[in-house]
Amino acid sequence: MTVTVKLFAHLRDRLGFGDRSVEVPDGASVGDIWRAISGEEALPRHVLAAVNMEYRQPTDAVQDGDEVAFFPPVTGG
Amino acid sequence: MHVSLREAGFDPWAELAACQQERLAGGAYGATAAFVGTMRDFNEGATVQRLFLEHYPGMTERELERLATAAVDTHGLLDVLVVHRVGRVEPAEPIVLVAAWSAHRASAFAACRELMEALKSTAPFWKREETDAGDRWVERNTPG
Repeated sequence: MTVTVKLFAHLRDRLGFGDRSVEVPDGASVGDIWRAISGEEALPRHVLAAVNMEYRQPTDAVQDGDEVAFFPPVTGG
Repeated sequence: MHVSLREAGFDPWAELAACQQERLAGGAYGATAAFVGTMRDFNEGATVQRLFLEHYPGMTERELERLATAAVDTHGLLDVLVVHRVGRVEPAEPIVLVAAWSAHRASAFAACRELMEALKSTAPFWKREETDAGDRWVERNTPG
């Protein structure tokens, strides 16, 4: 299946892209997507994840066509 | 309830006045609590010349709406206003306005504080500072 991955702030600088389509096996989780794009085994504790613009945990499943975002701790306000 | 993102500067006091005039019936509310966050020209030991506020278009608005709705439901508010800058911000410019209207002060004070703290911890915004020593991402919030 194909998902769109979005990265923000210093994660985008570190991994070198902001928006990309990624092919992953059916049944992949948020954590599997992170492994596919970063090569790291686990999602670092401070990295936040969202699927279709709602916060999700690394173990949550992802569907074909989803938008999966990873970003550092937020610093607004 | 009203949430908006602004690419240009805004006057928080004019926003409050307009909101009260257009959306709130005089006599219905007894308490207004407002918080305005303004850009400092210093942070973590450096002089900051300018800020760039990145956000996640779509999710940021959705998250602010969710937080504002939760504040109204939890505290029985009459109205909530959230205005937040995005893009380039200069020192002394307002970054954020959070306001809560209620019948009595306890819920207005509590809602304003809670909504602001929730915004700081979950609304997808990221600050990039231009300092004398170069650009840097702000990695954490200062304690509330």
